[in-house]
Amino acid sequence: MKSLEKGQGKLIGWRDPDEHRAWVAQHKSRALEDKRTSLKDAVEAFVEDGDVLACGGFGHIRVSMAAIYEIIRQEKRDLTLCGKTAVHDSDVLIGAGCVNRIEVAYAFGHELRGLSPASRRAAESGRCEVVAEISNAGYQWRFSAAAMGLSFIPARVMLGTDTLKKSSATVVEDPFTGKPVTLLPACYPNVVLMHVHRCDAYGNAQIDGITIEDFELARAARRLILTTERVIDNESIRETPQDTVIPYYLVDAVVEVPYGAHPTLMPDLYYFDEQHIGEWLRLSKTEAGVAEYLDRYVFGVDTFQGYLELIGGAEQLEYLRQVEHLEAPLQAPWLEEKRR
Amino acid sequence: MTRKYTATELLASVAAGLLEDNSSVFVGTGLPMIASMLAQRTHAPNLLIIFEAGGIGPQVPVLPISVGDSRTFYRAVSASSMHDVMSASQAGYVDYGFLGAAQIDAYGNLNTTVIGAWDHPTVRFPGSGGANDVGSLCWRTIIVMRQDPRRFVEKLDFLTTPGYLDGPGAREAAGLPAGTGPYRVITQLGLFDFDEATKRMRLLAAHPGVSVRDIEEATSFELIVPDRVDTTEPPTDAALSAMRDIDPTGMVIGK
Repeated sequence: MKSLEKGQGKLIGWRDPDEHRAWVAQHKSRALEDKRTSLKDAVEAFVEDGDVLACGGFGHIRVSMAAIYEIIRQEKRDLTLCGKTAVHDSDVLIGAGCVNRIEVAYAFGHELRGLSPASRRAAESGRCEVVAEISNAGYQWRFSAAAMGLSFIPARVMLGTDTLKKSSATVVEDPFTGKPVTLLPACYPNVVLMHVHRCDAYGNAQIDGITIEDFELARAARRLILTTERVIDNESIRETPQDTVIPYYLVDAVVEVPYGAHPTLMPDLYYFDEQHIGEWLRLSKTEAGVAEYLDRYVFGVDTFQGYLELIGGAEQLEYLRQVEHLEAPLQAPWLEEKRR
Repeated sequence: MTRKYTATELLASVAAGLLEDNSSVFVGTGLPMIASMLAQRTHAPNLLIIFEAGGIGPQVPVLPISVGDSRTFYRAVSASSMHDVMSASQAGYVDYGFLGAAQIDAYGNLNTTVIGAWDHPTVRFPGSGGANDVGSLCWRTIIVMRQDPRRFVEKLDFLTTPGYLDGPGAREAAGLPAGTGPYRVITQLGLFDFDEATKRMRLLAAHPGVSVRDIEEATSFELIVPDRVDTTEPPTDAALSAMRDIDPTGMVIGK
């Protein structure tokens, strides 16, 4: 195959597929084992300084914030984040100093809410290095290649752009069409955090609504930590196998954490907590504010339950359920500011 | 006599007017959502709205905050995945894609990555997100953005998303799908298309009260200005009412 152009971005998460197969054979159990554990133990066991980390969900949707707070609490360092529409997750992790490298499809913004003060400061000052650019489909397909146990996958994105020049992709002449085509290198993250609606003790997991990138990302991961709204019995899984997105052998830890995606949205259960996201956006305008936020909501509590009390407890969570079900109007401090 | 309207409402109604019934559109956060929802509630009830996180064919009840919000698959035909919708785009199922940008050049190339040098940016923006994919794979790209001399530039600080690159035939030569590219640009000043021969941006219509000179002064590259320039239609009362229903809190359209 004739090589036409090579992106200059740093290649992260890539493995030779044979090396990955050997690792899987040795480290991923096919036994039906009870994998329930605590967040503290799961993060201690499976997240190491220097890892390539990816989070399931998308933006402020179904992100395992409980696991992210635990990573911050354990002061993990030198992580490289897959910035696959990384929004609140990346902003908090970079703000807390856990992540100092990121490959960016989308980061440094909160969609309609505006840009992210904490992570932008880090990117503009060089404290967090952008190692490569990519597009959303590009990242999706890097995970697809890994999920398929491949080294790369072809796609028709990023061609002709600076996004390609700063990516880790390569352009070659397609041996079938003779036209240029992008080859996206597979990405096998060391550890993936994912929040699901329900799973059994073994990790067979079901997600309601859009699955976003999680089908492939779960399969691309080396270590997969699942947080779940609730643990259900294996019999219930076997009655609805068509709903299982993630089979147990992909999963390393199962942690039951109701509301574990707060302040992000959990489809059908709770909407974005705009008051809380707004508080982060307001405080993270300064480094002192970032420290204040983390002291209050992360280091100041031992458990996620303690955090939920701080954000308004049962009353606030019931309000978020109502907004999700279009039964209550949305309140957002950033919206009030926008109107002024 | 039409009611008073905001610049955003005008943009959204002009954008909505470009979308035909029974066509498909890939929609991003903010104004593209308003435009698509407005089209669906007026002249295009069977507009197939597609969101990058996997919502396909929703009847969106109220403006979503995010392209992955539950509202993006409310009463949808499918709650699917990014792989599925990006693949559908790559396979040619998506007619229109909607994009915004921090900078655009005469060929409709877009920057949403950095201002300044890439490795030492003055301003770091979010990056491509799905923009490069939409601009690469959808048949026709519609760009909605603010126009001023710093945004309508001769040379981008970073080419995030392909327009016509450096002119006729360049997309195909780069390997991008044949027959795709920027279709319209809508700003607070007017509506633009691209000249068939040169693939450079051309003024189509000015908004009410805006002169050709205003538009040229807000553009740092040489804009093609034809002899005849139309005036865009202001939003109808029905469209204004529909938009206030779509965005009751004024999140995007303002108050």
